Amino acid sequence: MSDLLALTALQAHEAMVAGDLGAGEYADAWRAAAASDELNAYLWRDEGGDAGALAVERPSIAPVAVKDIFCTEGVPTTAGSRILEGYRPPYTATAVRRLLEAGAPILGKTNMDEFAMGSSNENSAYGPVLNPWDPGRVPGGSSGGSAAVVAGGLAPWALGTDTGGSIRQPASLCGIVGLKPTYGAISRYGMIAFASSLDQCGPLTRDVSDAALLLGILQGRDPCDSTSVGLPDAPRLPDREDLAGLRFAVPADLAREAIEPGVREVFEATLARIEALGGEVAEVALPHAEHGISAYYVIAPAEASSNLARYDGVRYGMRADSSGDTIEMYEATRAQGFGAEVKRRIMLGTYALSSGYYDAYYGQAQKVRTKIAADFEAAFAEFDFVVTPTSPSVAFGLGEKTDDPLAMYLNDFFTVPMSLAGIPAISIPAGLAEPAGGGPELPVGFQIAAPAFGEQKLLDAAYALEQAIGFDAAPSGAPYPPVPGKRATGTGGEGGG
Amino acid sequence: MRGVAELEAVIGLEIHVQLATRTKMFCGCELSFGDEPNVHTCPVCLAHPGVLPVVNEEAIRSALKIAAALECEVAPRSIFHRKNYFYPDSPKAYQISQYDIPIAGAGRLGEVRIHRAHLEEDAAKMIHVGESGRIHGSGASLVDFNRGGTPLVEIVTEPDLRSAAEAASWARLLRETVRQLGVSDVSMEEGSLRVDGNISVRPAGSEQLGTKTELKNMNSFRFLERGIEAELARQREIVESGGRVEQETLHYHPEDGSLHPLRSKEEAHDYRYFPEPDLVAIAPTEAMLREARESLPELPAHRQARYEAELGLAADVAALLAADPETAAYFERASGGAEGVEPRVVANWVTGELAAALRQGGGEATAVESKVTPEALAELVKLVAEKKISHGSGKTVLAALVADGGDPAAIVEREGLAQISDSGELESIVAAAIEANPEAADQIRSGNGKAIGAIVGAVMKQTQGRADGGEVNRLIKEKLAGG
Repeated sequence: MSDLLALTALQAHEAMVAGDLGAGEYADAWRAAAASDELNAYLWRDEGGDAGALAVERPSIAPVAVKDIFCTEGVPTTAGSRILEGYRPPYTATAVRRLLEAGAPILGKTNMDEFAMGSSNENSAYGPVLNPWDPGRVPGGSSGGSAAVVAGGLAPWALGTDTGGSIRQPASLCGIVGLKPTYGAISRYGMIAFASSLDQCGPLTRDVSDAALLLGILQGRDPCDSTSVGLPDAPRLPDREDLAGLRFAVPADLAREAIEPGVREVFEATLARIEALGGEVAEVALPHAEHGISAYYVIAPAEASSNLARYDGVRYGMRADSSGDTIEMYEATRAQGFGAEVKRRIMLGTYALSSGYYDAYYGQAQKVRTKIAADFEAAFAEFDFVVTPTSPSVAFGLGEKTDDPLAMYLNDFFTVPMSLAGIPAISIPAGLAEPAGGGPELPVGFQIAAPAFGEQKLLDAAYALEQAIGFDAAPSGAPYPPVPGKRATGTGGEGGG
Repeated sequence: MRGVAELEAVIGLEIHVQLATRTKMFCGCELSFGDEPNVHTCPVCLAHPGVLPVVNEEAIRSALKIAAALECEVAPRSIFHRKNYFYPDSPKAYQISQYDIPIAGAGRLGEVRIHRAHLEEDAAKMIHVGESGRIHGSGASLVDFNRGGTPLVEIVTEPDLRSAAEAASWARLLRETVRQLGVSDVSMEEGSLRVDGNISVRPAGSEQLGTKTELKNMNSFRFLERGIEAELARQREIVESGGRVEQETLHYHPEDGSLHPLRSKEEAHDYRYFPEPDLVAIAPTEAMLREARESLPELPAHRQARYEAELGLAADVAALLAADPETAAYFERASGGAEGVEPRVVANWVTGELAAALRQGGGEATAVESKVTPEALAELVKLVAEKKISHGSGKTVLAALVADGGDPAAIVEREGLAQISDSGELESIVAAAIEANPEAADQIRSGNGKAIGAIVGAVMKQTQGRADGGEVNRLIKEKLAGG
């Protein structure tokens, strides 16, 4: 059984296509693994019965754990919120539909920060997800459940969403690969909206090849999403082995002092590895990137305040008992249904859009956003990629930052600028590092960003670097082999710490 | 204190036109009217989590036709905004509407300038159970989402109208214009055409605008005129007694003609507009613009202008004939059939004698629906113009045509209405009439021209109207001058 789980999704797919692996047997093995969830990572699991609208005719792709932000017909969909408790959507998100049509069953729905607002998964109305590397620590967020199930061997791969880092940061904290594609590469239809101009669906996988495979299934223009365009070419599996001739930019104004020493060491070691593979590393100015967090925390809450206004208790989900009129019923439902962080952002966003404040906040933030996008454009005129640590720290302790929203928001310092610019970025595990406060070593992610629609180039470079790093650590009890990818030559092993 | 006459009415209109597209503005649900509630709904128009709007291309094409008909400038890239407000008729809690860059800018219809026209979606229909008929104080409120998401074009005029009657008459012109584009049912009763007024008064001659009120709920042209009239009267009274008009929204109650302010709680909104991130800009192609222009039929305002300029029709007559295409076609066929007769004369027959004859006939039929074919009318007008029958006999023939239809020449023949063309016969009848009316004859001789009527009347009575009035006049004057 554990041999089956050791396969990457790509390996399993190839074995199923070749007839060497029974799809039913393989899916059953994963259902059993998912049932052993002790991380609070799943909110709903497929128990192998009647899959209803989620049935797959001829499974040939590894089953997928889907963040609970994607609507799945007839299957509970909560977005981590009390206000959607008991909601069973009447339709299925395009990304999930594409999985089903490709032959990938849905393994379960994963826990998440409420409406994707959070960086630790502690904002879920259904309790925090535990990090499989250390159950006293957070898995990151908001796609914390999706990252934890992949890292913890509870799913071969998973679907997440990234608005300001919600795929990349948990991937980094859990030691797996997380890809945020170009805005518009994958349909948002059926993905519960947090901040519409930033939200993007993407894969969380064990390795880069799996990310490429999953991206290929998900991407494409969707007539139900006017902002979707798909990728210019279907992604192929990456096979690049060196980085010769490629130029990697490190932001000159990278706030190195804000980065944990252990994370910084892994980052510097990874830059050295790039050079060893023939890549060139130099500094680039991204003068507006430091304002990314400020702009993000105006734009995202503003859009969220509007997107979340529909949860009023009238048509679906939770409705509070209220003896008053309609308005009082709205107020009671929203007061009871939303958690503290969601309410905080609704208030922030409502304020930012108010007449008289619009220009000073929302208007100004959009200008900053344009400047950040222009910074990247200028950088990509000279460089192929921009690289940063994915997160300034390794996984932090449960409850460590819940009382300090600003400290929590700074988790997204390195991931938010790419979201604002709409460009693709991937986080790959680059090594292990001791947390600032001491303790066992934990994974460190390395972020690579590319120009819009540069996914293929990004995956190729990430693959070459992944092979060279040969990240071989896994949480104890994880079923998968240390060295990812069947084409790995398997040196590595020093972990960069 | 100023007098009433010194206050000038300043009126602008905001017109919501429900488009008659097959499907809704942002989803694939079919439009319906009068179906069972909540059958034309889907996850998108019920605002389920995760859904996204997709713009209805047919709605864009319809809006472009309206823009072309109103001679509006079309924006190369127009965008949608979200207008945020909580109300059960808006399941998303925002309306997707065009805000600062509408699809159509400045234009004109007739004498009124168009400020803008933009696309948006209609709200769902609320039914408040209970006495108040409003959400406040009602026992329960029901929502029918069938209407929610219906495409609307909102047309906003400049404040160019100066009276309630003018406003109603221009609104009729707009309705005819939009109806002829085939993009809407434009029924005020069914709500597919909704007209709100922005109303203010100011001292005549002033360039400044007074404080305006917004007037809603006038669901017929009659109520539109009455509602505006009532609001103008209210404002005049306030200003004349030294008061100030408050900016507010008023509801017109057609049952008793009263005006009621909407509760401020329902109206005090900060809509927190921001660009709709789920949609991309509308950028009509040159081909779409051309298609919209080329699809336009001749519209009432243009037709009226052509009738005035090319056919020499008076403005009021031209307006009557140009309003709807059926009447216009009737007139043009009649005029085309009456060779040698000025169009102006035919026009007067259609709007004057024929309209009067139809009224007298007691029926409801218009010229188009009547038994009088345009060919028959042309024939009749020709008979009169060529003096084959008198004008009076013409009316007799027309009455017969209205009653039973048929051919004018045959009626003339049957009724013996042919004009007396033998001048000897007419001369002797005139001479006899002069002899029978010596007083009138004397007065005419002494220069009182008006007295001729009595003698003409006598001749007409004798000939049963078959004499040519002009010829009779000439003969009388000749005889009296000569005698």
